[in-house]
Amino acid sequence: MAAANGGMFDLGLLALTAPGWGGAMLWGLVQSIELAVGGYLVGILLGIAGAFGKLYGGPILRDLLEIYTTLIRAVPELVLILLLYYAGTDVVNALLSLAGLPSVDISGLVAGIFVIGVVQGAYSTEVLRGAIKAVPPGQIEAARAYGMSPLKVMTRVTLPAMLPYAIPGLSNLWLIATKDTALLAVVGFSELTLVTRQAAGSTKAYMLFFCAAGLLYLCLTLASNVVIGIIERRSRRGIAEHA
Amino acid sequence: MTVEPTIPGMPVYELPRARNLLEPHRLFLIAIFALVIFCAVWFMRWDWIAKYQWRLLAGIWQTLLLLFSTAFVGFLLAVPLGLVQVTGPRPFSWLARGYCTLIRGTPLLLQLWLLYYGLGSVFAQYPEVRSSFLWPYLRQAWPYGFLTLMLSFAAYEGEVMRGAFAGVPKGELEAARAFGMSRFTAFRRVWLPRAVHRALPTLNGETVLQLKSTPLVATITVVDVYAVISKVRQDTYLTYEPLLLLALIYLCLTFMLVWAFRTLEKRIPTRGA
Repeated sequence: MAAANGGMFDLGLLALTAPGWGGAMLWGLVQSIELAVGGYLVGILLGIAGAFGKLYGGPILRDLLEIYTTLIRAVPELVLILLLYYAGTDVVNALLSLAGLPSVDISGLVAGIFVIGVVQGAYSTEVLRGAIKAVPPGQIEAARAYGMSPLKVMTRVTLPAMLPYAIPGLSNLWLIATKDTALLAVVGFSELTLVTRQAAGSTKAYMLFFCAAGLLYLCLTLASNVVIGIIERRSRRGIAEHA
Repeated sequence: MTVEPTIPGMPVYELPRARNLLEPHRLFLIAIFALVIFCAVWFMRWDWIAKYQWRLLAGIWQTLLLLFSTAFVGFLLAVPLGLVQVTGPRPFSWLARGYCTLIRGTPLLLQLWLLYYGLGSVFAQYPEVRSSFLWPYLRQAWPYGFLTLMLSFAAYEGEVMRGAFAGVPKGELEAARAFGMSRFTAFRRVWLPRAVHRALPTLNGETVLQLKSTPLVATITVVDVYAVISKVRQDTYLTYEPLLLLALIYLCLTFMLVWAFRTLEKRIPTRGA
């Protein structure tokens, strides 16, 4: 019994090379970060499109976007991930077979990024819509009066001007994205949480591995917080504190 | 603009506004969706529902039970967590802040597995625990699911309550003291109710998030509605139909929850803002 207890926190199991699982866990962390970054970027692109569609689109587009954001935000991420993970790959293969092409195996990473992106897109649509509405309309009108095309107004005025309002919401979404990657463990994508569970299951050192993974996630969050703080201060240059 | 860094989580969940459904383009959209739903009902297989209906209802009950019990106990824990961070002595305040950072910085799934597999395996090593009266409970999965969800809700809601306690105007507390209320009475009669009132919209969002976290307990063999649907999928080899029904069930639960909170919010009288 004492030996078993001593083995519970046998740090040798975390060694980076073969008998230890440290290397596998770090690789899982890299996979998690790739997923989070990819999904987050896809989500922001969807969010920008969605926010502009909701604010400036026609009535049908606006209603469809409303349905998208409402549905995605009301259904658990786990269920969405299962649905989109299977549906996404099936739809792509159906389209390929319609075009007469052989079906492909979609890599878990691409499917995962797609799933997290679609989920994040709904939330960032709402964040960005709020931020765009906070931009003084006079600035956008002035840009139009200068004769800028809508695209130019967007890239030169609306997007940079809304950034300080959007950053608190967007940084929250980034933290959520890093944690949502763990849900892909349920569909068998080997990111940090699933690798940890495999390591723990095969060595029986459950506490050690789950605590180590928790520490890795925590470091990721804390490092993100530092970076977010820097970005936030930078984006708020020239804006009065507590106006 | 004032950024509110203390209120974490998603933008507060809002029900879509009930608007005029009879505008021409909406009639068109409704017709298309009706067609899609009709096709889904007609061409997909739904005959398994009759066989599993009682298990589904039991699963929904289990989900709701888990949601409300963890949210209730978690909220009771969140009040001291928030209060201590606003007024408490330094060490307690640091502890509470550290706890909130720790829970909010790691994925819920990992916490769940840590408690279930980790703590479960540690408990199993000690004969004292195995022979105690708690062992029949500790062998089951739901205590771990309950504990994890409750601790997670307490951490997220503790942050919210910290902001809410800090946001109650000082004058109101001073007025309560001037009336001769003891510190505890002032807390019970003024500070806590005002803080809860301020936190109510965020509490709504957090409860919806908690509902959406409950299916994770299915990964540690608690039989909630998600687990029932997984069973259906294994038995029938259907991929989409059970998941679509599951999404519909969660959709209804979310809408009911948001509606209930909105009714509650309306019943609290407010003056001015």
